Amino acid sequence: MRPAWSVILLTTLIGAGQGLFLALFAVDAYDAARGQASLAPFFVAAAILASLVLAGAGLLASFFHLGHPERAWRSAAMWRTSWLSREVMALPLFMALVALYGALHWTGRLQGALAVGALAALACVALFVCTGMIYACLKFLQEWHSPLTVANFILLGSASGATAAAALAAWQQPALARGYVAAALVLGALAYLGRLASLSRNARLRPKSTLASAIGVKHPKIVQIAQGAMGGSFNTREFFHGRPREVVRAVRWSLLVLVFPVPALLLLGGSQSAPLLGVAFVLQYAGLLAERWYFFAEAKHPQNLYYQAIA
Amino acid sequence: MTKQLALVIDLNVCVGCHACVTSCKQWNTSGEAGFLSDDNPYGADPTGTFFNRVQTFEVGEFPNTETVHFPKSCLHCEDPPCVPVCPTGASYKRAEDGIVLVDYDKCIGCKYCSWACPYGAREVDEHQKVMKKCTLCVDRIYDAKLPEAERKPACVLACPTSARLFGDIHDPQSEASRAIREQGGYALMPEWGTQPANHYLPRRKTAFHLHPDELERHDNPLKVDGKLPRPAPGEPALDDVTSW
Repeated sequence: MRPAWSVILLTTLIGAGQGLFLALFAVDAYDAARGQASLAPFFVAAAILASLVLAGAGLLASFFHLGHPERAWRSAAMWRTSWLSREVMALPLFMALVALYGALHWTGRLQGALAVGALAALACVALFVCTGMIYACLKFLQEWHSPLTVANFILLGSASGATAAAALAAWQQPALARGYVAAALVLGALAYLGRLASLSRNARLRPKSTLASAIGVKHPKIVQIAQGAMGGSFNTREFFHGRPREVVRAVRWSLLVLVFPVPALLLLGGSQSAPLLGVAFVLQYAGLLAERWYFFAEAKHPQNLYYQAIA
Repeated sequence: MTKQLALVIDLNVCVGCHACVTSCKQWNTSGEAGFLSDDNPYGADPTGTFFNRVQTFEVGEFPNTETVHFPKSCLHCEDPPCVPVCPTGASYKRAEDGIVLVDYDKCIGCKYCSWACPYGAREVDEHQKVMKKCTLCVDRIYDAKLPEAERKPACVLACPTSARLFGDIHDPQSEASRAIREQGGYALMPEWGTQPANHYLPRRKTAFHLHPDELERHDNPLKVDGKLPRPAPGEPALDDVTSW
């Protein structure tokens, strides 16, 4: 598949925004459970704003994917069958609930904030599942058709959100930074393991479709001579990343290095320094961009069997 | 049983002339739904939106090869994976005749349906920014203003070798059903369970059996060619001149 920047930005940005909100709400819920408020208002405000900015930027990026963004309102119609439609509903719902949660928190209505926050957390998990299922539900994209896809969207988003929370905490409420650093390390390690698992699974995949099943001729040796168009078509543009093998390999290495190992070193080394943790978040986010690019590039669509030779 | 219109394409007969491609393009670029846009049609890299393409494959290893011309368009699956994923409902399968269609006025151009089609049957129109695909010439097959014989998809009418049959494959008496049944019609990529309505008829070996009788005259047991004796009057003769 050709990686589309709009979708790469959408999924990585909202993932970080969701993870950041979950990190904040986890501490809030823990505080409520032990009956002792510990969150500084400015840290809450910063985390809520950052979460909304990340999710909003993702939402904005998604519009660039559409041929007719002015009709985007229609996309909530088929929520009964389409995970994309469900995501379209879950994202604004999540953002609205987070904004309400932040407003209640800021005005000191902590009980109400907790209830709204719990709903926002539910919407957040639902949004993660919807985003992952958009890809995981396509059964003939074998690289995506796996529970690992959904798990990795959840884990990678949560990990980057926890790193962002650690950086914000180091800036606004250093007492929380240590805990968030630990959470970012654990979630990052889990996310890294999940992604390694899906990489090794995908490396061992055998395509179910072959040229023989594609054209229905039972012969082991079939070669395409012509694809019916000389200058390419939508099918040759949308479903091939078109990059040389070296580029794909470089992206793969950068995701392997940047998603966890490098941020982990910064998290371990600069546990109280907001700038260093900020750098850790930026590097991890760059790693996630590489990860998402590779996620699309590694998926081999069976329609490509019909587009192997131009003339 | 509900109707399921479909094409049955005979790969044994297709000669790869692309007449179906051009007639499809001509009909569907001229209709009420608007043009099928092209870029650089006469330039170095011509590209454009087509509903139908003819591809060519070589099967086997030289010298035992066979050229297969393979027309490819939307297969109007009975369980179309492209329909449930559409977030707006622009992509739908008609209950009355099983044609899978796109409502161009509802399509937001998110391309998700094209990802969900294993056959690559859908193409975005790069200028109208909506997803397009074969409509089985839905604007022609029900047109009562056309003579009955012309109420068929443009590609079917254009095919010079009658490699394309059009009909209701749920009607066991239709020409299309009979061809599938009697000539080993098959579906593409059956492994995904999409149950394509369009079927393909396989290449067949053309065998020709010569009986010795056809080489050697039955009435020449001595293998001597020559004038046979003139029949006596009253005896049966081929033309009153030549004996049997």
